[in-house]
Amino acid sequence: MSNDEHLSEYVTAGIGGQMFGLPILSVQDVFVPDRLTRVPLSQPEIAGVLNLRGRILTLIDMRRRLGLEGKSSDGQAMAIGVESRGESYGLLVDSVGEVLKLDDRARENSPINLDPRLARVCAGIHRLEGQLLVVLDVDRILDLGPASMAA
Amino acid sequence: MDDLLQEFVTETHESLDVVDVELVRFEQEPNNKKILDNIFRLVHTIKGTCGFLSLPRLEALAHAAETLMGKFRDGAPATGEAVTLILATIDRIKDILQALESDQREPDGTDSDLISELERVVKQIAQPASASAAPPSQTVGILTPQVLERPLRPGEVSLDELERAFRETEVDPSVAARLGTPAKPAPRETAHNAPAKDDESKSGGSQSIRVTVDTLEQLMTMVSELVLTRNQLLEIVRRHEDSEFKGPLQRLSNVTAELQEGVMKTRMQPIGNAWQKLPRIVRDLANELGKEIDLEMHGAETELDRQVLDLIKDPLTHMVRNSADHGLESSADRQAAGKPTRGRIRLSAYHEGGQIVIEISDDGRGLNTSRIKAKAVAQGLVSSEEAEKLSEAQIHKFIFAPGFSTAAQVTNVSGRGVGMDVVRNNIDQIGGTIDVRSVAGMGASFTIKIPLTLAIVSALIVEAGGDRFAIPQLSVMELVRARGNSDNRIERIKSTAVLRLRDKLLPLVRLTKVLGLEPADAGARDDGFIVVVQVGTQTFGIVVDGVFHTEEIVVKPMSSKLRNIPVFSGNTILGDGSVIMIIDPNGIAQSIGSTVSSQLAAANETNVTREVAGSRTTSLLVFRAGSTQTKAVPLGLITRLEEIDARKIELSNGRHMVQYRNHLMPLIRMSEDVRVKGEGAQPLLVFSDGVRSIALVVDEIVDIVEERLDIQVASENSGIIGSAVIRGHATEIIDVGHFLPAAFEDWFRSKDRPTAGRIKSVLLIDDSPFFRDMLTPVLQAAGYEVMSLGAARDALALLKAGRRFDIVITDIDMPEMDGFEFAEAMRREPSLKNTPIIALSSIVSPEALERGQQVGFHDYVAKFDRQGLIAALKEQAEVGQAA
Repeated sequence: MSNDEHLSEYVTAGIGGQMFGLPILSVQDVFVPDRLTRVPLSQPEIAGVLNLRGRILTLIDMRRRLGLEGKSSDGQAMAIGVESRGESYGLLVDSVGEVLKLDDRARENSPINLDPRLARVCAGIHRLEGQLLVVLDVDRILDLGPASMAA
Repeated sequence: MDDLLQEFVTETHESLDVVDVELVRFEQEPNNKKILDNIFRLVHTIKGTCGFLSLPRLEALAHAAETLMGKFRDGAPATGEAVTLILATIDRIKDILQALESDQREPDGTDSDLISELERVVKQIAQPASASAAPPSQTVGILTPQVLERPLRPGEVSLDELERAFRETEVDPSVAARLGTPAKPAPRETAHNAPAKDDESKSGGSQSIRVTVDTLEQLMTMVSELVLTRNQLLEIVRRHEDSEFKGPLQRLSNVTAELQEGVMKTRMQPIGNAWQKLPRIVRDLANELGKEIDLEMHGAETELDRQVLDLIKDPLTHMVRNSADHGLESSADRQAAGKPTRGRIRLSAYHEGGQIVIEISDDGRGLNTSRIKAKAVAQGLVSSEEAEKLSEAQIHKFIFAPGFSTAAQVTNVSGRGVGMDVVRNNIDQIGGTIDVRSVAGMGASFTIKIPLTLAIVSALIVEAGGDRFAIPQLSVMELVRARGNSDNRIERIKSTAVLRLRDKLLPLVRLTKVLGLEPADAGARDDGFIVVVQVGTQTFGIVVDGVFHTEEIVVKPMSSKLRNIPVFSGNTILGDGSVIMIIDPNGIAQSIGSTVSSQLAAANETNVTREVAGSRTTSLLVFRAGSTQTKAVPLGLITRLEEIDARKIELSNGRHMVQYRNHLMPLIRMSEDVRVKGEGAQPLLVFSDGVRSIALVVDEIVDIVEERLDIQVASENSGIIGSAVIRGHATEIIDVGHFLPAAFEDWFRSKDRPTAGRIKSVLLIDDSPFFRDMLTPVLQAAGYEVMSLGAARDALALLKAGRRFDIVITDIDMPEMDGFEFAEAMRREPSLKNTPIIALSSIVSPEALERGQQVGFHDYVAKFDRQGLIAALKEQAEVGQAA
């Protein structure tokens, strides 16, 4: 048997200078967010809603979600479309990179001293040449927890 | 599941629902053979099919019930006991069907209890039945002899008899329509019964097919998409003026609209579907409670969206139960009250302007006002003092308050703590409103208004804080443009922004503020558009930055991540492709806090009652100035409420002045005790008579109340008309007229009071409530007894009825009947021709004066000339005395 059964494909994305990977099976599409409508009184992680080919998507600001500070890069922000429980979401990231094929056996558990906001959505870490790739769990990203209504 | 079985279950459910309704009808009209035949036929069909599908339990039950009904057909009286038993059997059949549906087989168990009971009743009534044996029911037409291959089972009917039953039974189309079940194949007309009637063939089964709800939902979603795409195309074409797309797009647009309408129609169901269980429920209740109840249903064919229908089904049932349990009295009580022993519950439904109106009324005892009041006080919804001031209608509204239920005793039927508040909640959810009217001893009536559909609504697109939002048009009453200098200006009572709109004060809420879009340092801006919306009984204004247009929007459910935000009810895609949020006026109403709005709502409501009842309550502004004692002035007299920066107040010639709208406005202190503030905000009451304005300096504005202005103690002090009890406190009523001359020396001043003696009565006619409010206290203070009316016609009727006044004061410009016509009409009455008439007018032209002379006005006074009026009155009163 080949190694293929141990290989997973990841869509890589840069968020706040860090490289992240999303399992390709959970990614619907990658698009440039256009005409974003902000939603007053929503949780801070929610960047807004937008129309993608007739569907209304909720866009999650991944910087906020992961607690990564800093201004977004100058380049055009990108969004990765995902689906969960019949609803469509977009994950707002700084950039989208290539698709990587990585061996599951090389995946390591996240270090215990990882930032708790990051640790909650992290499904493991791959050591790549020169940098780390943090594997994200889509369901956990979308679990924003109980809404704390300010109003 | 086996298709055949599925079909059977669905069909049998429908048949049973019809049987339910028909049985109750039959009990009331035991002699109506048609109904009985119909029931008989339905049950027989069920039995037959059961045998075919080998469902022994169902077959046995249906058979036993059929046997009993056969006895009725043979002329046995339909006793309540027997009907109850059959209903119980039908319930059992339903239970078995349910199990059949889920397990695909008949559940184990035995029905010998019911069957033996049914057989017992059959035996019991067998005697009279056999007495009138072999009923020679007349049939028209030729009977085809039928051959039976096996002997009849006990109680079974022969095919001949069955055939006859079928032929004689006409399917009652109203029942089928009411229940909205796809009409069953009409009893096949045998050839010799031809020609078939048109309407009968129309109700034939081939005219309708069964479609699953899912298919319809899917269709609706697709049409919604189509509507969106159409909107997008329209938007594009709007940008390109001379486009060749225009024509075809117009057609596409029309077709889309028609398609949308058609698909909506498939979702429409008659409201009777939600009612079909009610006759049975009411019957059972009547038995249980020992009452006699008639249930009337009108407009059952009125259609509405099935989504809406599902949501109102339970509230309606609940309300009918309520009426039967709490509303209607026992037969004995009704007799004692001189009412017919049979109570009546009436349900009606009809369309009205894009809404469906449902009324549920009973002729019972009405709502128990004192108990509701006591409970409202006990629950802290209102203080006991406040409760005393509330009108009955206002008290009745407390039944919709959360957690409110009036059943003192928890009965099996209703009053388990879930009451009208739950009903209201359900109705609120679908954007509906509910209201109640009740007259003690006469009954109560609930009116529910709900939108026809929820999927596609017309919405007003507005802008706030740079973003666009949609407000459903249904709740929008009107749009008002607010400008800093116009009459439609945003005013403030303390910190609450209000808009004075045609004699009503509306609380205002700025959309940007509710949505948290306002920067922290945003000042109070006084311009913008005000969207006046109504939620339940509450009316308020939403201030937005801009208004675009209305658009048909397709409501899409919000992401689960956003559903916690109460001010949004959904989102939608606009024609230009962007997503916008749909505002939920209910959510906004909640977020503005209840105190102010409900106070104002209460004040406004009394206002309405006042107009209707004609009782003389007045809106009063209560404030403090100089002392802790409260003072009040009729709200109608005040032009504006202002709060100015105290540093802007200047001292000129020993008097306080402020620059106000390019004029110097004098500030008046009511007494030496009132202090003009040196810093901070100085509240002022501004009075204008058109050109001139003065401002009364006050310490604090306390409240706006609606009270009967009943001056109990006249005052010695100038400037105070007297004292009245307002909200339980002695309050001084200010004589505004006194302070006007204090500011302007040229303001004519006199101390005219009518000479001592009998108090003169004055009839004041003016169509403007403002002037009535303004003049009434002035005249009262001058010592006259005042009656004010809004229409000359009413006044004439009153005078013709024999009511006499010493002097009549009438406005000239009035709708319907103006002052001239009124005077002429009065002069034609011999008994009235000597009553002096003083005319009021804002226009005093020589022509008007001349005409006034002709019609017999005794005097002519300009509308704002308060002192002139007092003088004229005095003159006329003295003339009258001399005469």
